[in-house]
Amino acid sequence: MKTLNPRHEEGLFYLLAAIGGLISAIGLAAALYMEHSGHVVTGMNNQIVWGLPHVVAIFLIVAASGVLNVASMGSVFGRVLYKSRAPLSGLLGLAMMSGGLAVIMLDLGRADRAIVAATHVNLTSVFGWNMILYPVFYSLVAIYLWTMMERRMNPYSKVAGLATFVWRVLLTSGTGSIFAFLVARQAYGSALLAPMFIVMSFSWGLAVFIVVQASMYAWNGMTLPPLILQRLKNLLATFIAAVLYLTAVLHLVNAYFAKNIAFEYFILFDSEFAGSFWIGQILIGSLLPLALLFHPATRSKALWVNIAALLVIVGAYFQLHVFIIGGQAFPLDIFPGYDVKSSFFDGAVDHYTASLPEILLSLGGLGIAFTMTVIGVRALHFLPQDDIAELEAAVRITD
Amino acid sequence: MTAPQMPTARRAFIAAAGAGVAGLGFTAIAPGLHLMAVGGANASEARKAASAASSNVRWGLLIDANKCAPGCTKCIDACHSENGVSEKLPDPRQNSQWIRKIELVDRRPGKTQGHTTQLPMMCQHCANPPCVDVCPTGASMKRADGIVLVDRHTCIGCRYCMMACPYKARSFVHAPLTEQNPEVPRGQGCVESCTLCVHRIDKGQQPACVESCPEGAMTFGDLNDPDSAIAKRIASVPTTQVRADLRLDQGVRYEGI
Repeated sequence: MKTLNPRHEEGLFYLLAAIGGLISAIGLAAALYMEHSGHVVTGMNNQIVWGLPHVVAIFLIVAASGVLNVASMGSVFGRVLYKSRAPLSGLLGLAMMSGGLAVIMLDLGRADRAIVAATHVNLTSVFGWNMILYPVFYSLVAIYLWTMMERRMNPYSKVAGLATFVWRVLLTSGTGSIFAFLVARQAYGSALLAPMFIVMSFSWGLAVFIVVQASMYAWNGMTLPPLILQRLKNLLATFIAAVLYLTAVLHLVNAYFAKNIAFEYFILFDSEFAGSFWIGQILIGSLLPLALLFHPATRSKALWVNIAALLVIVGAYFQLHVFIIGGQAFPLDIFPGYDVKSSFFDGAVDHYTASLPEILLSLGGLGIAFTMTVIGVRALHFLPQDDIAELEAAVRITD
Repeated sequence: MTAPQMPTARRAFIAAAGAGVAGLGFTAIAPGLHLMAVGGANASEARKAASAASSNVRWGLLIDANKCAPGCTKCIDACHSENGVSEKLPDPRQNSQWIRKIELVDRRPGKTQGHTTQLPMMCQHCANPPCVDVCPTGASMKRADGIVLVDRHTCIGCRYCMMACPYKARSFVHAPLTEQNPEVPRGQGCVESCTLCVHRIDKGQQPACVESCPEGAMTFGDLNDPDSAIAKRIASVPTTQVRADLRLDQGVRYEGI
């Protein structure tokens, strides 16, 4: 593989950083516009109260936690292969968390009251827990990165890694619990959501990691050793299958409860979300990547593994779209056994189309994560470097 | 009919779990405000200035759906006029509605199948309100006398309470507001819902919707006072709490459904 000459390489870095910065700035401008005009300029309303910004923000937050899985495998479980990848996974965790939190905070009706959110914490609220979960997540990941990147601090990296591992499991349980602790809507209110979000985070986080790592290797004209590719691919396939399994359990159990049959029929077969579910989430996001990761013609080729990882990310968008938007579009069953109608659209299926400001704000979150990653990998030492002999020896032992 | 012990235990559990999370990160978290119950209150008396609401009182509404006339919107008009809810946005789904009329058609097999009922729907002022549980800042709160309110100064507009409310009772203010009633502060970017006309109750008056109903379909009063008209009526006729299966113990009750 050819490497870029240093001048072109530097130019390309500035170009990428500028594009990321511009997208972030446009996102901020969109947020200011929404703040000034009110949410009247969005597609959200009094029934679908969370829209595209929440889909994107929750993807980033869940994937941010999951991408740290790579670091945990190295530090906590002592796998050599993942150890050299731990710093990059930490950086991606911080970058995606920043992008996700920026979107969710800037979408608030009163984004200017962030300080109120920080100083008035209601502990019965899962959102309230987040005021603790997120800052501690940042601190732990920062300390963890420090212990890995500063030679003097290396002895502490295992402890820091363990603390980060425990905390991100708590954090993602919290994200799933945002929906688990909802009695009102039929799509939510299941204890399964906390563990399911954790497994989703593993899958999405690893997919992001694989894509970013591939880009960095390509940038530096390097090829990922086949041994590492195979390990990462197997892990990704396991996570995809686990998400698929939990998705099936969630829907099957829900469909068994007579009170939820109408909702399940709606989301799986009889709505605009059915296509997103079967084609987006199941086919593009799960079955196709699994096929690519296991088919003899594609499974050992970096390109196809990267494409599988990209498909997982696309599938994640569809999954959250179906889960968050679809779950709200179905009307509340306020009077079971009755047909209802009102001026407030009771009993009616709602429709949501994201407006331009929402799209730009959401892209802004991706822009923030992208820019932080580009600058981070350029300024600091994040490129995974493998000692192949050590790696092969370790694999022989663990196998 | 209701068994509030379960939801209370649920709230305590969530708080304990939350405290556990807090304990992992911080040694102490300010617990927030507590509304203290002082003195007694009477349904017919105004609350004295600077005195706190009393938990001796539980304000409630009883709505007789049999009396609610088709096509009549007097309660809605009175509510929205009293509370300055007047905006008309291009997308009607973005307008605030503190109270609405729901038309119900019974589709359960049996004698009542096809029977049509009308009723006004608003915040049900639950004793165990999910909106209060989920509010990250405590802006969504229940007053000692059972009225569920939103503190305009601490609502950050996250809309989690709207996700949590089983009655679609809350609205989000989607656009800048004008011509507000000084007694009923509202705010762009905040969530709001029926306050049971708390500003009128505190002056010893009835909620605007109750006063406006030409059919006398709504009875307001103290559910804790066995001599109040509302308590007597609830004791003598079958009444319903909407989605009673959720055991939220609403202050708003219905008869005729």
